[in-house]
Amino acid sequence: MISSLAVQDLAVARGERTLFRDLSFALAAGEAAQLTGANGAGKTSLLRAVAGLLRPAAGEIAFLGTDGGALDPAAARGRGVQMLAHQEGFRGGRTARAELGFQAGWFGAEPAAIAAAARRLDLTPLLDLEVRVLSAGQRRRLALAALVAARRPLWLMDEPLAPLDARRRAQAAEVMAEHLAQGGLILAAVHDPLPIPARTLTVGAPA
Amino acid sequence: MSAVLHLYRRELALLWSGGGGPLLACGFALAVTAVLPLAIGSDPDRLGPVAAGLTWTVLALASLLSLERLFERDHDDGALDLLALGPIPLEAVFAVKTAAQWTAVGLPLAVTAPVAALSLGLDPALAPLTALAAAIAGLGFAAVGGLAAALSLGSRRGGLLIAVIALPLFAPPVIFGAGAVARAQEGLPTGPALALLAAYALAAAALSPFAGAAAIRSAQD
Repeated sequence: MISSLAVQDLAVARGERTLFRDLSFALAAGEAAQLTGANGAGKTSLLRAVAGLLRPAAGEIAFLGTDGGALDPAAARGRGVQMLAHQEGFRGGRTARAELGFQAGWFGAEPAAIAAAARRLDLTPLLDLEVRVLSAGQRRRLALAALVAARRPLWLMDEPLAPLDARRRAQAAEVMAEHLAQGGLILAAVHDPLPIPARTLTVGAPA
Repeated sequence: MSAVLHLYRRELALLWSGGGGPLLACGFALAVTAVLPLAIGSDPDRLGPVAAGLTWTVLALASLLSLERLFERDHDDGALDLLALGPIPLEAVFAVKTAAQWTAVGLPLAVTAPVAALSLGLDPALAPLTALAAAIAGLGFAAVGGLAAALSLGSRRGGLLIAVIALPLFAPPVIFGAGAVARAQEGLPTGPALALLAAYALAAAALSPFAGAAAIRSAQD
């Protein structure tokens, strides 16, 4: 299992433009880091590079296991990384229950854990609705429930709190704090500071 | 293994839902079959000899219909990124999706094919052979069709691009499949044509996941 993430001299380019270069940081179990930077600075691209969806122009992304040894990146991502992207990946025409069940199950959650996560985020009354009738905040909570149910160690989150109201932000913060307390890692791109203790990393030129 | 089944069930549910998939493909195949005699004339002596060829043309076109949704929707709504982070490699994701395409669209079309062929005047004794050949060809259609769908990801007018990429690759199963039925009509052995058809379908199913996964990765990059 992933117990830390080490990023060394990372550079990411989109087309001809280099978004950032020489970015290095490490994240250990129980730690959260928030990525800040202007729009287009490369926060989402950094998350996608850590997820292995985008090939960096230079540098290295390493996942270290509990024994401190480097893990095979493909295996580490396939077992230990889960992403909450701007688009949650739910199909509008299916019920919230079916989509949460698929997404959480795909990342390894058992049915009991999925039901518990839905209760934790107060989603139980919404589960029989089609995803397309859910609000942006409700969809985001559904995606959070998939993270909570599967409990993969490294959470990559892109603006996780943006569509949530004040009460739900507090609830999401509790869920994230619980994840850290259980030895999880969180890397989140944000505009507003996360309501949990988190290191701040600035991506690209200072905004 | 459970991840494979989990994904396979989702893909089947997606293909069956929303009025697309099998009903659309089979309905399209039968509708085109109903129009053909109007264009060619209903004389059995003219339709009978070309029944096999017409059936396979209709099958190939019907197989194209739902390909656009195979990867494009998942790409648009972000689900493809999540599928890439799953417990099985992207190559396996591709293989599972094309297998679902085969079972949800290819096999219903294989049941429709003899109906279409018989209505065009094919000898009823050849109906089982037509269904068998269509089922094998359907695997090839799903595999190379899935590859075309992956290659067209991210392009505008993906549907048109899929047809342009896939139709040339559909030529061998059309030739061998229609050939097998045509040989049976002439009383010749069908074994060689069926063997070539199966070889093409299996080779396409075995090789397309590697090319398809590479195409998806480049669309995500």
